[in-house]
Amino acid sequence: MATISLNTVRKSFGKAEVIHGIDVDIADGELMVIVGPSGCGKSTLLRMVAGLETVTSGDIAIDGNRVNDLEPMDRNIAMVFQNYALYPHMSVFDNMAYGLKIARTPKPEIEERVNNAAKLLQLEEFLTRRPRQLSGGQRQRVAMGRAIVRKPAAFLFDEPLSNLDAKLRVQMRLEIKQLQRSFGTTSLYVTHDQVEAMTLADRLIVMNEGAAEQIDVPIRVYEKPESLFVAGFIGSPSMNFMPASVPDEGQGLRLDSGINLHSGKLKLGPHAKQRVTVGIRPEHVEPAEIADAELLLTVNAVEALGADTLAHGSIEQDADGPARTNFAARLPGNRNVSHGEKIPLRILDGALHLFDGQSGRRIADS
Amino acid sequence: MSGMVEKRGRGYWLTHVGLILGVLVIFFPIYLAFVASTVDQQEIVRPPMPLVPGELFFANYREALVSGVNAPVWRMLFNSTVMALGIAFGKITISLLSAFAIVYFRFPMRQAFFWLIFMTLMLPVEVRIVPTFEVIARLGMLNSYPGLILPLIASATATFLFRQFFLTVPEELAEAARVDGARPMRFFFDILLPMSRTNIAALFVILFIYGWNQYLWPLLITTDPDMNTIVMGIKQMFPSGDDIADWPVIMATALLAMLPPVVVVIFMQKLFIRGLIETEK
Repeated sequence: MATISLNTVRKSFGKAEVIHGIDVDIADGELMVIVGPSGCGKSTLLRMVAGLETVTSGDIAIDGNRVNDLEPMDRNIAMVFQNYALYPHMSVFDNMAYGLKIARTPKPEIEERVNNAAKLLQLEEFLTRRPRQLSGGQRQRVAMGRAIVRKPAAFLFDEPLSNLDAKLRVQMRLEIKQLQRSFGTTSLYVTHDQVEAMTLADRLIVMNEGAAEQIDVPIRVYEKPESLFVAGFIGSPSMNFMPASVPDEGQGLRLDSGINLHSGKLKLGPHAKQRVTVGIRPEHVEPAEIADAELLLTVNAVEALGADTLAHGSIEQDADGPARTNFAARLPGNRNVSHGEKIPLRILDGALHLFDGQSGRRIADS
Repeated sequence: MSGMVEKRGRGYWLTHVGLILGVLVIFFPIYLAFVASTVDQQEIVRPPMPLVPGELFFANYREALVSGVNAPVWRMLFNSTVMALGIAFGKITISLLSAFAIVYFRFPMRQAFFWLIFMTLMLPVEVRIVPTFEVIARLGMLNSYPGLILPLIASATATFLFRQFFLTVPEELAEAARVDGARPMRFFFDILLPMSRTNIAALFVILFIYGWNQYLWPLLITTDPDMNTIVMGIKQMFPSGDDIADWPVIMATALLAMLPPVVVVIFMQKLFIRGLIETEK
């Protein structure tokens, strides 16, 4: 049980700064997910918390104690690695017991703890096997077991599911969530998979190029993305972005493609004459009668997923409107969509996101 | 191997005839040596050479082992064993440790040290023999086991081999051990060493034979017959003047000298192959 706090944590490799000052406080028992594209620094950040990378500046504290200069073993954390990192020459039992053996835990206690963990993870019959005799999912469980038996203050997960196949990943995702809930251990979880991030997280850190773009609960990140990057990264297919400007009187929006949109409840007053980017999620439009429609989607690719149908295409005000803009819409699965079809779309109430044309920050919320 | 296509017919037999002929050609001198070690001196020097083993097998070998020519052969075998084992274990230990340092630790001039070690590959014993002799002589190590072993104990080849192996060990393994609380040497003994055992077995075979077959160095630094190693000892058995060489005893010694490397190869081959089958990466 512990809190983890990061205070303007920075990391440089030589002259290149890769983490640009991250501030976050992780509450006791919270599962915090760091999500971002590859190369955004999320693994580096996790490894700094683990003590596998040094901290260039700023402070990392576990349970209020500054741990910057402590070895990983003295931070009371356990880590689950992407490729499991099991010791190949040791049995499953020895893999899980290794940390305890080093800590000179009495033998009966080691056995008890390992057996309990094995029971919990359904590994009992595999305790004498070597890692290479196990499937990917089982290896992942052993890696989890190795973390659990230590009873650490915090779990650190470094993309633990990315080596598993899709089905197993969903299953293990659930197991990890349940385990974390039942132990109530503070956890930091790194992933590039936004579904994993959304489903697991109590709170999310969305990282981009070494900076935290937004730290919030998953649903807030989805509903109120703070920046263009977050809006585009979270949600699949990604949000549609259209450059636009706010007219002089601050009423309505004029897309560069010539389409005029109702601004709904957005407070555009302070942003009159400003360049903006309008964002609409594909799932926030619905087919409508021509009279009610604000957008006309000309379909050029269809992905029928069963439950939904994704229609990709371009929007225009009328057939001979000027610039075309790419647009994707998520339509009900029972709707037949054919290539070249023109679908009139209505934008759901409150579905417009507005971002500053220059900084990309969210603006004009009602 | 039931799945293998079985080859029968003329080609099959021809292959075997070829192989058997090859084996005979290679084994003939050894057989001759064996025959020579079982007869007496007169029979060897009188042409033609005998091709059938005589009756003096036990007598000749006993004489070789117990008294020999300059020193009893058991003594030389013992010296050789000490030297070969010392060299093999020493080389493996030092190479493991230096490869561990080079791969897992960041220290100033790390790369430079690696290349320094690597460059010694270009300096075999023969090239540095005079200065090495000087050093060993001044340290008072002539006619001693340390003198036989120490100068040959560093190995760039083995260091390089272990370095390459360590580089293939996933970095996360070292990190997992760090998180588990293993200090570097603990990681070395608990994780790295057991994982290297196949490499160690293979190297042991090569290095043992290398040590066993050392000739020039023992010849230089052992003047006391009791410190002779067997490979150079055979040479010492040849008389210097007009004396008659005791060929049966010399041949018995030669055959005895061949035995330990053969035993090591046969025994370690089993380990080696088991290691290969149990590969676990």
